[in-house]
Amino acid sequence: MSPRPAGEPLERRAVISGIGQSDVGRRLGRSDLDLTVEAALAAVEDAGLRREDIDGLATYPGMGAGTPGFGGPATPDVQDALRLSLNWHDGGGEGPGQMRAVIAASLAVAAGLARHVLVYRTVTEGTAQGTGGRQGIGGSGGGGGGVPRFGGFMQWSLPYGAVSAANWIAMVGQRRFHEFGLTREQLGQIAINGRRNAALNPKAIYTDPMSMEDYLSARMITTPLCLFDCDAPCDGSTAVIVSHRDTAADLDHPAVHVNAVGTALRGRPSWDQFDDMTTMAARDAAASMWERTDLTPADVDTAQLYDGFSVLAIVWLEALGFCGRGESGPFIEGGGAIARDGVLPLNTAGGQLSGGRLHGFGLIHEACVQLRGEGGERQVRRAGGRMPEVAAVANGGGPIAGTMLLTRGVR
Amino acid sequence: MVAHGPQFRLLPRLGDDNAFFWTSGADGLLRFLRCNACGFLIHPPGPVCPRCLSRDLAPHAVSGRGRVETFSVNYQQWIPGSDPYIIAWVSIDEQPDVRLTTNLVDVEPDDVQVGMAVEVTFEHNDDVYIPLFRPLVGAGA
Repeated sequence: MSPRPAGEPLERRAVISGIGQSDVGRRLGRSDLDLTVEAALAAVEDAGLRREDIDGLATYPGMGAGTPGFGGPATPDVQDALRLSLNWHDGGGEGPGQMRAVIAASLAVAAGLARHVLVYRTVTEGTAQGTGGRQGIGGSGGGGGGVPRFGGFMQWSLPYGAVSAANWIAMVGQRRFHEFGLTREQLGQIAINGRRNAALNPKAIYTDPMSMEDYLSARMITTPLCLFDCDAPCDGSTAVIVSHRDTAADLDHPAVHVNAVGTALRGRPSWDQFDDMTTMAARDAAASMWERTDLTPADVDTAQLYDGFSVLAIVWLEALGFCGRGESGPFIEGGGAIARDGVLPLNTAGGQLSGGRLHGFGLIHEACVQLRGEGGERQVRRAGGRMPEVAAVANGGGPIAGTMLLTRGVR
Repeated sequence: MVAHGPQFRLLPRLGDDNAFFWTSGADGLLRFLRCNACGFLIHPPGPVCPRCLSRDLAPHAVSGRGRVETFSVNYQQWIPGSDPYIIAWVSIDEQPDVRLTTNLVDVEPDDVQVGMAVEVTFEHNDDVYIPLFRPLVGAGA
């Protein structure tokens, strides 16, 4: 159990007061810092703030982490570009998924370390990968001399050609085919739902309609995952301003309140050694979030769940309790339940599969858009025309997972 | 077509903690670090038994038999020139919570099933012996 203190969880003192997003595209040919500044200034303006009001800065992961185009600019580069004067700053790639930066910022404002934190996530993977094929996390191998050798956790998978998260998540998918009878037709609903919603998102990468036949005939990447089960590398930056809730009254739009965060990792921090091969860390992060709130899955009006690979979205559906363990296949069968007018509108801006791999932050952005009622053509309306009041957001897959429950107004 | 592995193998960097594992196949045996106090197999290798916290640890040969827990047939050309190859997570019979990521060999991709009994075989490559798994002779799936 989460060691939640008596009374209100500290993160509930935080709000997302502003959101901003740069241009998003397959290959924009712009620097990561340039895109970040665009998103950041948009978020500051949206929050009704001036640059001088920002006294905190956070990102995931920054500092040249990962393969080219993955990490985004380091916080010192953004601080200097905008000449920010900071009371608190934080960046890095370890922790509860990409949203570790938003969670850390929420706790920073709650603790009085900062008042308004600019949090950003920037990718330029589209430009970095150029016209070549997509890279695995460990880099693509080639023959010849001078090929580096690998230590750490990669040594256990790279020798076997398991070089990409696609391979590792395919293992989760196949285990689900075996244990729960998941089918490709069911899995395909995640991709098709994303594509349907992306058509109403002007920034989405892929907007042409996708049929089940299109999905089933796509080339296989690593069974059971086909091309459309894998997200689309892109360029773009997303920024949010995390503020103390005492400032929320000054906003000209509804504040998005942080209700609870989920950060647990109770199993082994490993892809191939995690006890439950069908869930992994999503199970723990989701459980710890619900331990910190009186809200329940039935209160959630929209879910923005990480879909770097389609399998991850269905893992999150079960982990967060929107359906029972092993029941996500039947739950998404036909796609009605997860459509914008369904019981659980899912990934309403197209997710990462069609919207673009903004790496978790696109999903946080869309949760805010929906809670603020600014979704335009893709705005979710619940029974009786009610605007959504509670959104669940999840980032990560395998041994990496973080989740947040966001609300319009205090709940 | 019977699967092998990727066309080219990226290799592990050997050090004091992992060299025993990657060279164990020189005599045809698969070894894991084992706690001499409580018998727990420790993988990946570490400095302490995560069950009883003993530091009395040593490599220990196992039968080399295991089960396919899940698998994927890879088609993407991450490693150019590769025919489709089978990646699997294999659990070790002596302690099924220990799994290896590996390739299944000497088997048609269509014949692989979760739960299938397999046994280790080694591919000698430079200074390492890569543990691979093939169907256990005489075993049913």
